[in-house]
Amino acid sequence: MSQVSETTIDREVDTSHMKVSKTNVAIDVVNMHKWYGDFHVLRDINLRVMEGERIVIAGPSGSGKSTLIRCINRLEEHQEGQIIVNGTELTADLKRIDEVRREVGMVFQHFNLFPHLTILQNLTLAPIWVRGTPKAEAEATAMHYLERVKIPEQAKKFPGQLSGGQQQRVAIARSLCMQPRIMLFDEPTSALDPEMVKEVLEVMISLAEEGMTMLCVTHEMGFARQVANRVIFMDQGQIIEQNEPEAFFSNPQHERTKLFLSQILH
Amino acid sequence: MTDIGYVRSDLVDARPAPNRTSGPIAWARKNLFANPTDTLLTALGVLFLLWILPPLFGWTIFNAVGPNGTVEECRMENAGACWAYISSEMEFFIYGFYDIPEQWRPNIVFALGALLLTPLLIPKAPFKRTNAVLFFLVYPIVSYFLLAGGVFGLRYIPTEKWGGLLVTLIISVIGITLSFPIGIMLALGRQSSLPIIKTVCVCFIELIRSVPLITILFMASIMLPLFMPQGTTVDKFLRAIVGVTLFTSAYMAEVVRGGLQAIPRGQYEAAAALGLGYWQRMGFIILPQALKHVIPGIVNSAIALFKDTSLVYIVGMKDLLEAVKTKNDTALEWQSANTATTGYLFAAMVFWVFCFGMSRYSIYMENRLNTGYKR
Repeated sequence: MSQVSETTIDREVDTSHMKVSKTNVAIDVVNMHKWYGDFHVLRDINLRVMEGERIVIAGPSGSGKSTLIRCINRLEEHQEGQIIVNGTELTADLKRIDEVRREVGMVFQHFNLFPHLTILQNLTLAPIWVRGTPKAEAEATAMHYLERVKIPEQAKKFPGQLSGGQQQRVAIARSLCMQPRIMLFDEPTSALDPEMVKEVLEVMISLAEEGMTMLCVTHEMGFARQVANRVIFMDQGQIIEQNEPEAFFSNPQHERTKLFLSQILH
Repeated sequence: MTDIGYVRSDLVDARPAPNRTSGPIAWARKNLFANPTDTLLTALGVLFLLWILPPLFGWTIFNAVGPNGTVEECRMENAGACWAYISSEMEFFIYGFYDIPEQWRPNIVFALGALLLTPLLIPKAPFKRTNAVLFFLVYPIVSYFLLAGGVFGLRYIPTEKWGGLLVTLIISVIGITLSFPIGIMLALGRQSSLPIIKTVCVCFIELIRSVPLITILFMASIMLPLFMPQGTTVDKFLRAIVGVTLFTSAYMAEVVRGGLQAIPRGQYEAAAALGLGYWQRMGFIILPQALKHVIPGIVNSAIALFKDTSLVYIVGMKDLLEAVKTKNDTALEWQSANTATTGYLFAAMVFWVFCFGMSRYSIYMENRLNTGYKR
């Protein structure tokens, strides 16, 4: 295992707005299978995410965690089963795919900011061209989110001039500018220096406090304990075990989960 | 036992560099005389320049016959370049057989082109959109009617009469401005996930690239009419332009494809994840970065096209080089030992000026666009 850390944020997490909806399904994955060529990478995935849930997906590398959340906004195609996001089923239909992507934000391990655009342009591009927001309004929204991630003074700079932690915070702000209903995080802190992990987790926690539906692939077990309402453990392309964080960490059931936890928690 | 503990008590301030690292002497020492091999190479270089420069300057300048000279002077022994020949035949080199009283028309085209192209190339110049519309849409139409005539009381001048630098510039400007977008489309098509589009693009690129330009021009001028319905003719000049453009498009496509492949997958994914459509992803995210990477290759193709225009002589057109060659062979009144050499040197200089200009401009653009990655 690489990059497992126990970074915790020294403050009480405000849970007053963290409400899991009982009726509204955000994401529904039913009997989903995926192959890369002959390799069966995701096997019989069933996952129902309610609005307001904060889910952490853990597991060894190669277990299919990233592939799973990349299927949810169709960066990867699944071959069998159903994925329904905000009531729209993902098929080869490009219109539906764009519809889903507009409502689902994604944060990548390597930030993937657009290096030829300024921070502000990175943030306003999609709202202007996808949502049709007027430029001035898009810029105001962008500045609002830059302030939320605490780097409004960097708006005119290029991504290459920012530190890794700042870039990742910009990437989060870029997704938020589209005002998504769901946020996907694909190992958002794995490429960061330990010092910078905290500032990114800080932003993610505040997002959770506002009730955002979040799916996070991460090795940050401290974050899972503090924020998640459900932890999912994957191995060999399958969901092996899922539980509330407290029970998951203190009382794992499956042998594979026990082994995994014993290796990453000391 | 020694004490290995250490705490710095005062910090060292930065000082100016010693003379050895800056100034002309330091430069010469570092770049010319760094070691015995460098010193030897510097000496050999100086000797080479001493050997080559005096006769070169002697022939082209000091012993040369100036623009106002006579053919008798050119025929004298020890005479150098015969610039008088160039100045006396300049009209033919620029316009070919274009009717002399009508030469104000190409002149307007030249002036208009320079007037519209210059602000287009200067990044800070305002009204870029208007400027681009004028240059890419209005200018070609105006130029065509001005040059060909037949309307508004302008005398009709068939393209067979056009020649010299005029032809070279028309083919290159049209060829470069068309082959660039066509090349981008072909490159995108080649990466397409739609099999028909992909196959068409791959076949086109591979077919065109594997045939010499001369063959394409030859086929366009000799073979094409055989397949056309009887009675329809396509202008020879137009056929040459189409041939050169398609040829360069195939090369541009491969250059652009190289740039596309240099863009990390994450850029495509991030753009897609934001909900941007295909053309938005390509237009805003991928192409601006990809094209920036391949500016040298694009300009390389443009320069190659500019020089390849001289191959249109194969279909009987008199571009600059062919115009010079024609005069070298037929202007008996200017015959001398140096006439032909001077003519070719002149042609080379004109080609060099344009190609060098393109090259410098590309370097300027590379530096200007580099901001995205600076730290």
